[in-house]
Amino acid sequence: MKSAIIVFPGTNREQDIRVALRQASGTDPLLVFHLETSLPEVDLIVLPGGFAHGDYLRCGAMAARSPIVQDVVAKAKRGVPVLGVCNGFQVLTETGLLPGALMRNADLKFVCRNVDLRVETSQSIFTSGLSEGEVMNVPVAHHDGNYFADPETLDRLEGEGRVAFRYCAPGGAVDGTGNPNGSARNIAGIFNESKTVLGMMPHPEDAVDPLHGGTGGRGLFDGIVRALS
Amino acid sequence: MKAKVHITLKTGVLDPQGKAIAHALGSLGFGGVDEVRQGKYIELDLAETDPAKAKAAVDDMCKKLLANTVIENYTVEVVG
Repeated sequence: MKSAIIVFPGTNREQDIRVALRQASGTDPLLVFHLETSLPEVDLIVLPGGFAHGDYLRCGAMAARSPIVQDVVAKAKRGVPVLGVCNGFQVLTETGLLPGALMRNADLKFVCRNVDLRVETSQSIFTSGLSEGEVMNVPVAHHDGNYFADPETLDRLEGEGRVAFRYCAPGGAVDGTGNPNGSARNIAGIFNESKTVLGMMPHPEDAVDPLHGGTGGRGLFDGIVRALS
Repeated sequence: MKAKVHITLKTGVLDPQGKAIAHALGSLGFGGVDEVRQGKYIELDLAETDPAKAKAAVDDMCKKLLANTVIENYTVEVVG
């Protein structure tokens, strides 16, 4: 599986994603700088976490208008799978590839800890290695992860099976107790209409090795590689 | 000429920073503040001399970058 990771000034999780993809696929992803204007043909594009362009104006706003992202958007519209994690999710909402926006955390605090996620569907290339209802323990590290969309958009996302993950209690109950940032309907990750674009705030790439303290994110990458190889 | 852009959160969009400011004002003894909404103010110096053209250009800038119309409203005022 060939993959490319986009790097902006201020990106800081590109090596984490690289390690996770290399571990799952056996091939080293390509790192592509934001000033490039086109990407080679790849099976997966990743927008990693960090603070692209210092989060100036709004998180992801500058990155979404950078030269390389115009090609990411074009390829995503052609069906090339795109995964955006944390800051990458913010960039995807700023491009319009995913609906809604990520707002300042409800309690105004930067949150950096492990959370539990309930897998809402296995019906996508990203979650095919997971089971519906499965609980993943992975870290979050963000200040602006409070997912917002108007009620009609939230209803549509739920109705079309486009909620990928929700924050949950350790046993899997989605009752708000596991929600670290105030996200609407406990949403931690969503798909586009064709489920070929996934944006998520938590960091599965930082839970792929026992030295990370857990391997709760590994199933996601193994599933992606199986689906795309 | 100069353009003044005010960007505010749409009604219904939660503004935790505004809430924190309102709370702090209450702590300082300022009563009667029902709600605080925090926004952004951006000032642009433009080479354009035609007010209508300047306003149209800044409107386009707001739509494409300065504001996120999913969550924000904006107003443009052209002066000078």
